[in-house]
Amino acid sequence: MAERPGCARPGTVVPAADTETSATSTDSPQQEVPGMSVMVGRPAPDFEAPAYHKGSFTNIKLSDNFGKWTLLCFYPGDFTFV
Amino acid sequence: MLACSVDSHFVHKIWDETELSKMVDGGVPFPILSDSGGQIGRLYGVYDDQAGVEVRGRFIIDPDGVIQAMEVMTPPVGRNFPETIRQIKAYQHVRATQGAEACPAEWQPGKETLKPGPDLVGKVWKVWKLEQAG
Repeated sequence: MAERPGCARPGTVVPAADTETSATSTDSPQQEVPGMSVMVGRPAPDFEAPAYHKGSFTNIKLSDNFGKWTLLCFYPGDFTFV
Repeated sequence: MLACSVDSHFVHKIWDETELSKMVDGGVPFPILSDSGGQIGRLYGVYDDQAGVEVRGRFIIDPDGVIQAMEVMTPPVGRNFPETIRQIKAYQHVRATQGAEACPAEWQPGKETLKPGPDLVGKVWKVWKLEQAG
């Protein structure tokens, strides 16, 4: 389903606690529970999401960036003013 | 650098083409992620359930995948990127010294750092002056 391009909007993938283990969650006693807030000094929860990048559509997985510094910025919405 | 909002990647494309590219030559150079449904935002504690959008959250994540700094703001005020860059450079310096050095208040790249240890206890006043602020 995610393979088929077209009108469907691919969804975000947040690893479920028992089906997928990320490299960061294994060495931490902290469990990734949806709705849980993050903490400095603790692993960043992994995720995968569709993205737009320089003219193309792509998929971004946070942990693919590990090994480099990552700046992750959330903002309220496209075409908002600030 | 990754940006993220609840808008679809299709809307990201049109926003980049019709507006952002008029402020940044060639459009923004980093990926803009789509978090429709706000799942990622909830994980990071920045999804506003009532408004259905993500507030202005900013996370500095080191090469080990550890969050070193975060800043969360309500929507009407924008970020100050020089401060973000300063923090990244400070954390990079700390990491390069494997934690042997720390960056005091008002630290800027090239400025003096602190070497925490028994000798520094009660002596920070000798190496850090108020004039270094501002």
